[in-house]
Amino acid sequence: MKDEFLENRLHVNRRHFLGKLSLGLGSVALGSLLIPDLFTNSDDKVPTLGLPHFAPKAKRIIYLFQNGAPSQLESFDYKPLLTQMAGKDLPESIRNGQRLTGMTSNQTKFPLVGSHFSFKQYGQSGTWVSELFPNMAKIVDDICVIESMHTEAINHDPALTFMQTGAQQGNRPSMGAWLSYGLGSENKNLPAFSVLLSRGRGNGQGVYSKLWTNGFLDSIHQGVQFSSSEERVLYLKDPEGRDREASRKMLDNLAELNNINYKEFGDPEIQTRIQQYEMAYRMQTAVPELADLSHEPDHIIKMYGADCLVPGTYASNCLMARKLSEAGVRFVQLYHQGWDQHGNLVGEMPLQAQDVDRATTALVMDLKQRGLLDETLVIWGGEFGRTNYCQGDLSKDNYGRDHHPRCYSIWMAGGGVKPGVYGETDEFGYNIIKDPVHVNDFHATVLHLMGLNHEQLTFKHLGRRYRLTDVAGKVVSGILA
Amino acid sequence: MGKTSLKVLFLSSILLLISVRCKQKGALVIKSDSVDFNLHIRPILSDRCFKCHGPDAKQRKANLRLDTPEGAYAALKDDPTQHPIVPGAPDKSFVYLRIASTDTAEVMPPPSSNLKLNKSEINIIKKWIEQGAKYKKHWAFIPPKKKSLPEISDKRWPKNEIDYFIVASLENADLSPNEEATKELLLKRLSLDITGLPPSIELQNAFMKNEGEQAYEKTVDELLAQPHYGEKMAAHWMDVSRYADSHGYQDDGLRTMWPWRDWVIHAFNENYSYDQFVIWQLAGDLLPNATKEQILATGFNRNHKITQEGGVIDEEYRIEYVTDRTNTFGKAFLAFTFECAKCHDHKYDPISQKDYYSTFAFFNQVPEKGLVGDISLASLADPPKIKITSDEVSKILTFINKKDTAAVEVMVMKDAPIKRQTHILKRGVYDAPGEIVSIGLPSAILPFDSIKYGNNRLGLAKWVTDKNNPITARVFVNRIWQEFFGRGLVKTSGDFGMQGEMPTHPELLDWLAVDFMENGWNIKRLVKQIVMSATYRQSSLVSKEKLEADPENILLSRSPRLRLTAEGIHDLTLFSSGLLVKEIGGPSVKPYQPKGIWESSTSGRGVLARYVQDHGDKLYRRGLYNFIKRTVPPPRMLMFDGSNRDQCEVKRMRTNTPLQALVLMNDPIVLESARVYAERLMADKSTPEEKIVKAFRSIVCRHPKSGELSILLNYFNDEEKIFSQSKEKAKQFINAGEYPHTNVDNVATLAALMQVIHTIYNLEESITKT
Repeated sequence: MKDEFLENRLHVNRRHFLGKLSLGLGSVALGSLLIPDLFTNSDDKVPTLGLPHFAPKAKRIIYLFQNGAPSQLESFDYKPLLTQMAGKDLPESIRNGQRLTGMTSNQTKFPLVGSHFSFKQYGQSGTWVSELFPNMAKIVDDICVIESMHTEAINHDPALTFMQTGAQQGNRPSMGAWLSYGLGSENKNLPAFSVLLSRGRGNGQGVYSKLWTNGFLDSIHQGVQFSSSEERVLYLKDPEGRDREASRKMLDNLAELNNINYKEFGDPEIQTRIQQYEMAYRMQTAVPELADLSHEPDHIIKMYGADCLVPGTYASNCLMARKLSEAGVRFVQLYHQGWDQHGNLVGEMPLQAQDVDRATTALVMDLKQRGLLDETLVIWGGEFGRTNYCQGDLSKDNYGRDHHPRCYSIWMAGGGVKPGVYGETDEFGYNIIKDPVHVNDFHATVLHLMGLNHEQLTFKHLGRRYRLTDVAGKVVSGILA
Repeated sequence: MGKTSLKVLFLSSILLLISVRCKQKGALVIKSDSVDFNLHIRPILSDRCFKCHGPDAKQRKANLRLDTPEGAYAALKDDPTQHPIVPGAPDKSFVYLRIASTDTAEVMPPPSSNLKLNKSEINIIKKWIEQGAKYKKHWAFIPPKKKSLPEISDKRWPKNEIDYFIVASLENADLSPNEEATKELLLKRLSLDITGLPPSIELQNAFMKNEGEQAYEKTVDELLAQPHYGEKMAAHWMDVSRYADSHGYQDDGLRTMWPWRDWVIHAFNENYSYDQFVIWQLAGDLLPNATKEQILATGFNRNHKITQEGGVIDEEYRIEYVTDRTNTFGKAFLAFTFECAKCHDHKYDPISQKDYYSTFAFFNQVPEKGLVGDISLASLADPPKIKITSDEVSKILTFINKKDTAAVEVMVMKDAPIKRQTHILKRGVYDAPGEIVSIGLPSAILPFDSIKYGNNRLGLAKWVTDKNNPITARVFVNRIWQEFFGRGLVKTSGDFGMQGEMPTHPELLDWLAVDFMENGWNIKRLVKQIVMSATYRQSSLVSKEKLEADPENILLSRSPRLRLTAEGIHDLTLFSSGLLVKEIGGPSVKPYQPKGIWESSTSGRGVLARYVQDHGDKLYRRGLYNFIKRTVPPPRMLMFDGSNRDQCEVKRMRTNTPLQALVLMNDPIVLESARVYAERLMADKSTPEEKIVKAFRSIVCRHPKSGELSILLNYFNDEEKIFSQSKEKAKQFINAGEYPHTNVDNVATLAALMQVIHTIYNLEESITKT
C-alpha cells in the first residue's frame, strides 16, 4: 500500500508547485491579470488566495488614519449637556469604574467640559458637525458616521496596533496585509498595500512600521511606504550616472546570465528572480509617473488645496491616494499625526482640522466625480476617543482631553456603506447607548465589504489559524447599503 | 488525480477557472502498510477536531474528547448507546459515521467551523479504526532513543551516520541522492554556512589544490576556528532572543544590550556546551558565586520590549514582560506555543492555563516596573542591571568590544528577595487575578521536581537541560539542521506540539539529539557532523523527475538552493569587495539608510527621533551589528525577511520580491562595493578579462563559464564605449559611497568595470547557496 498520508502531502505540494509554473507561463497571455504574488516563493503556503468569498461591494480601500485620536466631542458627537454642566464633576454612575490612564489617574476631580466649537446640522441626514470641519459638513450625505466605536486599549501604541492588526500586542499582520493576502493585487506594477505618512501641527504620537507589517504572512504583503522625498519608494531611483536605458541593459544581461544558470540547475526560483527584476523595473517607471502631480488640472489642485503640491503634506497624500487607488492599489493607508490633545485643545485642534478637512473632502468628492466612490471604501478616524472631562486644570478658554476607549467616532464612505449616522452615545458622550461597534466588528465589516468572510480569511501559523478578527467580530449590517 | 483545478485569479468580479492537467510522473511510492497514530492520525484529529474535542475543557463540545483513548472509546455521556470510536469497527464508530456523513447537519467538522476533512483523510481514519484505533503518546513527549542505523543498499555513498537515515528514506521512495557538488560550489556553501562569509580567492585556490577527504575536513576545522563562526551563529540567536537596540514601544528609546550580544558571539566561539549556554542565559545570576559573565548572560530575558508611554498602567506592562519571557522560553527552548495557554487551556497541547502560570511564576520574581524611565534620556535601563567598567573589560570580560572609558550598563535578571505571588490571570488580563499557583512546568514534557531541581529559575534551567527532557536537544538539533538545510527535520521548528508537523526523518532527529547529549551538548561537533555528511555535500542540481516527485525536497535527494539571509547578503557584498571591517562586537552601527524614515514616523521625542548616520569604518561592519530600532527596523533587513525583533522568532521566511531587486540595484552600499572593488582591480596589472574573472570569483565564488565570461566581457566593452562618450555620467556613477576614492585616470574604464561588478552582485547565484 502507498503511504496515503505522505502521498497526499506530496501531492498538495506538487499541485502548488505545478500551479505556479503553469500560471507563470500562461501569464503572458493573461496580461494585466497577472498577480505578482504568484511568482513569490513561499516555504509554506500559497501566498495569496486571490479570490473573494462572495461578490464584493468595494474593491479598494483608502484608510485615512487620524493618528493620536481626534476628539469625537469636537468633531461629530455633539453633546450640549457638557456645555451646560461645564466644570461639574463627572458623575461616578457614568464613569462606572472606567480605567484611567496614568496621566489622569491622579486627578481628584473630573470637570466636564463641552466643545469650545459650535455645532450645526447638515445635509438631508441632519448630521451634526462641528465648525472645525466646514468642508466635511458638505459631504455628510455621502458618509456614514459611526458614533459608537469602542476599543479595549487605552494607550496609543496598543490602540493603534489593535486598530491596524486586530491585536494590541504581538506581531500580527496589518489589515492591508490581510487584504493583499486575501485578494492579491490589481496592478502588476505597484504594490497592493501602500502607506503614506504626514504630520500636522498638534501634539503628535509616532507611527511604526509594525503597523503595516506582514506579520506571519509572506513578506510580499508588507505595506510599501511612499515617502515624500524625491525617491517615492525606498531604493526606487536609478543611481546617478545610470539612466533608464542603461538599467534596461543591465537587466537584459542579468537575465541572460541567470538563464545560463537556470539551464544547469533547473531551480524555478531563478525564473522567479528574473520576473521580480522585471516588476522592479516597471515600478521604477510607474511610481514616479504616479507621483507626478504636475499634470493634475487646476480645478483638482484647487479642490485639494494648494498644499497638495507640497510633497509629504496630508493634502498631497490624499491626492496621491486617489491616484494609487485609481491605478488599482488594493489598500492605501494614510497616517496623519498630531491629534493627541491632552492640553491646549482649543489651540491645536483647529490647526489639525484645517490640515485635513479640505483635502479629505476633496478626496471623497474626487472619487465620486470619477465614478470610483462606489467601489472604493474611504475610512476616516483615530484609535480611540477622548474624555468628556478636562485633563489638568480647566481654564476659562482652554482645556485638554485624555484618552477614552469607551466611545469614539469614525466615518466611512463609498464602497457599499449606507450614509447616515450609526450608533449613539449617552448625553455625557461617555458611554454607548445604542449599536456599539467593537474594533473586531469594524474589521469584520471592512472585510465583508471587500467580499471576504472574516471567519474564513485565515492563515495557519504555529499550529493556530489566525484571523484579523481573532476570535470575535460580527459584521455591522446596519451600515451596509 | 490526473486533473487539478486552480482557482486563483480574480479581476473585476470575474472569476477565472484555469484547469491544469498534469500527469503524475515519478510520484512517490511509499512502502508502508500500517497506519500510525502519530504519523497519520493525530495531525488530522488535532487540526480538525481538537479545537472542540480536545484538551481545553471549557471549550469541549458534547462532552467528547478525542485526544485521549479513554475519551474516544468510552460511551458518549449524552447517549450511552453510542461510542465515538470502536476499535476494529468503523461502522459502529460514531466519529467515523459523522465525518463520513454527507448530510450537512450531521457532518463533522460542521461547515460553520470552516474546517473540512478530505476523502483521503477520512479513509485513513477508517483504516486506523479498522486496524484497532491505537493511540500513541505524542512523539515529542517520548524520549528520543538512538536506534541502530537503517539497512540501505547503496553503502558507498554515505560518509557518516546522517547519510544512512537519509538514504534509507530515499530508497523507500525510489529516489537516489546526488553526487557531491563541485569543489567550488561546496566551498562557497561551507564557508557561508559556518562563518557567514564567502571564501576568499586565496582560500578557493588552496581548497582547489588540495585533494581528498582530509583536505575537506581540514577546511571545516579551520572555518570553525574563525571568530566569524561565532558571529554567524549569533545572527540566528538574535532572532531567537528578540535582540534590539531600542525599547520597542511608542517613542522607542535607546537601550544598551550590545555587550550581551558580544557575549553570545563569545559563547559560540568558545564552544560553550549548549546546556551551559542555556543555563547561563536563563539563570546565570542564580548560580553559586555567579560571575559577572554569568550574570551578563541573563540579559537574554531582558531583551523584550519595554514601554515608556506616559499613560500606561505599570502592572499591565510588567505582566506583559513576564508573559514575553514565558512565551520566549516555550518557543526558544521547547518549541511549544505556550502563549496559547495564557488565556485558556491550550486547545491542542497538554498545557493547561495553570501550567502556563506555573511557568510564568519563575519569571515573575524580577524587581521591575512596567513603565521605564524618561524618553528624553538615553539608555535608561530599569533595574536590575549591571555596570561593566573598563577595568573589568580589560581583565575578565575581554570579549566585550568597549572603546570608550565610560562604564556601560546592561539589563540583567534578578529575583527579588521577597517572593511575588503568582495568580492565574483570568482571560489573561492583568487585573483579573484568579487562583494562586506555585512554580511548575508542564508535566507532559517532564515532571518538575522542585527538590531535585530547585525552586527558582535555576531549577527551571536544570529541568530544561535535564537529559531526560525529551524535547530540548531535539529542538536545538532541529534548528541547527534548519540553518544548514533551510528547513528543519521538523519543518515547524517553532512548534513541536500536536499542530506542528511530524518529523520527516524521526529516527535521524532522535539519533542526532541523543548523540548530541552523549557528547556533552557540543555545538561545534554537531555542526561538523552535519557538514561532513554526504547529504550536506551533494550537489543541488535538480532533474525534472526529482522536482516533480519531491518539489519541496523533503527527502533531501539534492542539496537545497537557498537565498542568503539579509545579513548574509550584506556581508557577502562587503567581504568580496574588500570593504568589510572584520572587527568583532561593539556598539551597533548606523550605516547608510534611505533618508527620513525614522524622522517621518517619530513623535519627535527621544534620542532616536532622528537617524544620525555613522561614517568611516562603521559603514562597513557586518549586518549583525546594524542598529535595530524596533519600531523602524532597517528597511533592507525587512525586505529580505529579517525579523523585526518584536518577539522571539526561530525561523525566517525566504521570499523573492521586486523590492529585493530594487535594493540590490540601487542600494548605495552595493554600488559603493562595486566601485571600491573596481578601483582596486584597476590597480592590478591585468587585462579586463582577468579583472572580471577575479571579481566573479570573489562574488560568485567560482570561475565563470566561457558563456558567462563572454557576456560580461562584451558588456564591459559596450559600457566602456558608452561611458567614454559621456565622461560626466561616468563621473557621477563612480561617485558612489563615502569610502575614499583612489585616483584612476580612465574614468570610463572604471565606470564600466564598476557596472559589470555591480551586475555580478545582482546575479541570482551570488546571493544563493548553490
